Amino acid sequence: MASKASPQQSRSLYHDAWLRLKKNKAAMVGLFFVLILVFTAIFAGVIAPHDPYAQNLDYRLKPPTAEHPLGTDDYGRDILSRIIYGARVSLMVGIISEGIALTIGVVLGALAGYYGGRVDNIIMRLCDIMFAFPELLFCIGIMFALGPGIYNVFIAIGFVGWAGYARLVRGQILSLKKMEFVEAAHASGAKDSRIILKHILPNTLAPIIVMLTLSIPGAIMSEASLSFLGLGAQPPMASWGSMIYDGRSYLRTFPWFSIAPGIAIMLTVLGFNLFGDGLRDALDPRLKR
Amino acid sequence: MISFIVRRLISMIPVLIGITLITFILINVVPGDPVVNMMGKRVDAQTIANIRHQLGLDRPLYIQYLDFLFKAVRGDLGRSFYNHQDVMKTILQRFPTTVKLSLSSMAVAIVIGITVGIVSSVKQYTFVDYSSMIIALMGISAPVFWVAIILQLIFGLKLKWFPISGYSGIQSMVLPAIALGTRFAATIARMTRSSMLEVIRQDFIRTARAKGLSERVVIYKHALKNAMIPVITIIGLQIGGLLTGSILTETVFSIPGLGRLSIEAINNRDFPVIQGTVLFTALIFVFTNLIVDISYSFLDPRIRYDGGES
Repeated sequence: MASKASPQQSRSLYHDAWLRLKKNKAAMVGLFFVLILVFTAIFAGVIAPHDPYAQNLDYRLKPPTAEHPLGTDDYGRDILSRIIYGARVSLMVGIISEGIALTIGVVLGALAGYYGGRVDNIIMRLCDIMFAFPELLFCIGIMFALGPGIYNVFIAIGFVGWAGYARLVRGQILSLKKMEFVEAAHASGAKDSRIILKHILPNTLAPIIVMLTLSIPGAIMSEASLSFLGLGAQPPMASWGSMIYDGRSYLRTFPWFSIAPGIAIMLTVLGFNLFGDGLRDALDPRLKR
Repeated sequence: MISFIVRRLISMIPVLIGITLITFILINVVPGDPVVNMMGKRVDAQTIANIRHQLGLDRPLYIQYLDFLFKAVRGDLGRSFYNHQDVMKTILQRFPTTVKLSLSSMAVAIVIGITVGIVSSVKQYTFVDYSSMIIALMGISAPVFWVAIILQLIFGLKLKWFPISGYSGIQSMVLPAIALGTRFAATIARMTRSSMLEVIRQDFIRTARAKGLSERVVIYKHALKNAMIPVITIIGLQIGGLLTGSILTETVFSIPGLGRLSIEAINNRDFPVIQGTVLFTALIFVFTNLIVDISYSFLDPRIRYDGGES
């Protein structure tokens, strides 16, 4: 990529990428879904037609009406409102869990790549071990240790997901380390921390952003799975995964209860996948021929 | 070749030790005493101390770990706190069911995925291509357990073609296999398509066409063979997804496999069983990855030479 990393040039990289991204219809559809999720999560209190926690036991499991566009659940709560509030959980998982994973991953990856040798060896073996556990199973193990609850889900998913970032950052740093501008920084007496933070990391940003965008749907899916298994969001909190679980008992009479939150998950994950794919193509033009 | 395998095996030793260590730490940092969790708070302190002693929980942690490690090596994973059965035996009882489910979903996924991928690539930018890729994207984005529920609803409750839960005969495996295989099929389809498109553009395909070979031979004999290498890697990489997906699928369909065992154990706070299933599954995962790696190096000899990098 940019071997001379002047700020001007790095700005034009992202500007170019945005121009390419805008032309990619699938990515724009993805971005649209992502923005809907963000918007819904932030303004849930304004958009939701009803209080997602208000029970009305005389009005249980009602089919869709004008008043309740997606019907009501087994406690007489408005399903649409609960799905809208559920967007908050999904968005938070995306931000908090991936934030944790990203922080651990970037720090360890940078240390491994920059210092090499023993440090590198230990960190990379640690990554191998992390990759040796199927993700959800590892999360389940951590949830067993921490106990059920949505905040523990954030921690578990974040802790399980860092190894991918670490490997990515390490690889990027290994190739950047040998470049002239880093040598120049060394020669001019810059400290290690300054070289890593100011010179190397900004150049690894593009692939990190792509990985982040493509990891968020995985985190959202893991949260939904854990909540579906009863380990995540605890009642009465509205989470899409736990709503699907609650609806299972009424599949015969009231299938909409389980179907609707699943569609919300699918569109959200689809949005991030499309957007992430587009972002990857846009930020790394070499891949596209 | 042999040296590659040996190198791969040696590199697994720290991973295996790490797995046992993490599994041990994970389960032993459980807040609250496992004995109290098991017996309830109403049991007096003396009884709890006795049980702790009996289970060896009053020893220093590193001794407990070494004990766990040496026993695990001999296949002894302890006894369930809940029903006192041998954990290894229970796991081995449940494991074949999970294997059966995983293999059948894999078969479904490979057949559907590769077929759709080939058709899509041959008919690039047509309606068939677009619609199958959209369906594939939806398949990747839908949660396994939700797909399972939708299948139960349509084919179990409405059409009554298959039972919606339980484990008896082939009939009961159809829906779970499809549910678990959907995501996998979608991934394979996308990979096959892009890999085929890549290969089709290469010179040797142009040569094959120029020689006057029929399109059929070009696609199936020349292109497909070369396009399969990344697809096989993807198949290998999905094994972890299958193992975790089976936890969810088994829960939805009440199939008594390994995944369901781990969830039951969590609900019972039965920590030897959790420890055992996590360890066992991770080991299976690592060894299948090893086999995939080795078979991959057979397919693509280039791997062997730059394998020493990481």
